[in-house]
Amino acid sequence: MIQTENLTKRFGDILAVDRLTLSVEAGEVFGFLGPNGAGKTTTIRLLTALISPTSGHATVAGCEVGLEDGKIRRQVGILTESPGLYDRLSAERNLAFFARLYEVEDVDGQVERYLRMLGLWDRRHEEAGIFSRGMRQKLAIARALLHEPQVLFLDEPTSSLDPEAARLVREFIVGLKREGRTIFICTHNLDEADRLCDRIAVVNTRLLALDTPSALRRQLYERTVVFHLREAEPRFIRRLQTLSFVRSVREMDNKLVVALDDPEKHNPVIIRSLVEAGADIQFVGELRRTLEDVYLRLVGSEDGKSNQR
Amino acid sequence: MNKTWIIVRKDWAEVFKNRFVLFTVAFLPLILTALPLIILYATRSTSDLEGFSSADMPAGFAALCNEMSGGECVQYFIVSQFMLLFMLIPMAIPVTIASYSIVGEKTTRTLEPVLATPVTTFELLAGKALAAAIPAVVVTWLGFAVFAVGTRVLSLSPNVTARLLDPLWLMAIFIVGPLLAVAAVSVTVMVSSRANDPRVAEQLSMLVIMPLLAAFFGQITGLFFINQTLILWMAVGLVVVDSGLLALATHIFQRETILTRWK
Repeated sequence: MIQTENLTKRFGDILAVDRLTLSVEAGEVFGFLGPNGAGKTTTIRLLTALISPTSGHATVAGCEVGLEDGKIRRQVGILTESPGLYDRLSAERNLAFFARLYEVEDVDGQVERYLRMLGLWDRRHEEAGIFSRGMRQKLAIARALLHEPQVLFLDEPTSSLDPEAARLVREFIVGLKREGRTIFICTHNLDEADRLCDRIAVVNTRLLALDTPSALRRQLYERTVVFHLREAEPRFIRRLQTLSFVRSVREMDNKLVVALDDPEKHNPVIIRSLVEAGADIQFVGELRRTLEDVYLRLVGSEDGKSNQR
Repeated sequence: MNKTWIIVRKDWAEVFKNRFVLFTVAFLPLILTALPLIILYATRSTSDLEGFSSADMPAGFAALCNEMSGGECVQYFIVSQFMLLFMLIPMAIPVTIASYSIVGEKTTRTLEPVLATPVTTFELLAGKALAAAIPAVVVTWLGFAVFAVGTRVLSLSPNVTARLLDPLWLMAIFIVGPLLAVAAVSVTVMVSSRANDPRVAEQLSMLVIMPLLAAFFGQITGLFFINQTLILWMAVGLVVVDSGLLALATHIFQRETILTRWK
């Protein structure tokens, strides 16, 4: 649905997007993460045909960016970083204006459909300027969907929302995913990206990593299993160190932290070995690295390289 | 529906909810139409004007009076002074509307979602320009109609009204007026691209009326008098100036420029 090849954007001397190559499948929820100034919004603007690339190519819904911009704009919906609503116009009139610009056939029907879907129908005659942040964000999401786009670009969809409003927006995105829409999300909320996205790209002007959240964890961190013991003794550690598949083992507050390649296969062996050695195992669990760990490691190492350069 | 017209309707719906804009659009034509009529009313008695002859008028103006009586010539002189002020309307109103509409879109960040739709930048610019220019031109023409009727009622004779409907005035109102509105909109687009406060944009864009005010004071002090040749040259000059200003405004009003350079 989205393909980019060496997509590059320069603003004078500033390199905003550097040779970005990626592909997003139809129906996929794709997370786009990176620090401020990493080129996330610029990439969205490139892919929504708002600005032209300096070099490289991109296609969205089969249309070439820079050559078929009008077609692209008809097939994509965008939630901009700021909701960008006409404060003096009613919610209904805001949507009707955009529906007409998108050449929606049944303007009234579509406006009603999305106002109802997002719980704003009863307040349709009120000016958008008096809406809460959550309501404004919902109205902006409705605006992005009025023309039933194949691809939806969401730039920070839950930023500056309270937890309840953020949850509502996330649930709505999950609903859109179920409908099979392709969704491209820029976010700083790593937990949100972890929960919503099928795959994630981490960028800092250039692409640093791209994979599923779990694969990114595996790429950067070995899998780690924690064995909670009644009392950890040095001989238990020595015993585990004799096992060839154990990559490392350390003790921490009566817990043995063991690095393994394949916990599903080797956990039973370790448990048997510890029990034979006299250990009382209370609990076994995998130490899950968060997406935040992955992100900070990727972006941190990139920053380190930049500083060295 | 044509996208330019969709933008025009949206702009009107939004900008006319602003009391300041509404006040400017209503008040300026009202005062500039009412003022000459009040003066005519005050001088409508023949006795007030008896004893005046064309020879009492500035020499350049007396030639324009032809067969008019002294009193008629005085009244024509009075209403003539307001011709240039009348042309302030198609300049001031678009500046106010366009400042609030364009800078308003910048400050509420509504331009990006609009630019993400299939609307072309030409349609958007045309929509913004027409939303600002149409009310100005319509109000100018309406004001002129009221002015002409009022002059007919309050002047000494139909001769004064007939002068208002001669090609000089008609060209000034129906050709130069819209051309001035185009110039005002173009300047406001350029100023608005750099301003973040509609009031600042409005005040800076209002500088566009300076040449008109200079002409007004030139006429009042008798340096020159507006005649058909001058109006014709004004129209030709404005066509040239408008072409240049429109080209500049269109250059500034490009998607990428708006999104990346308009701060």
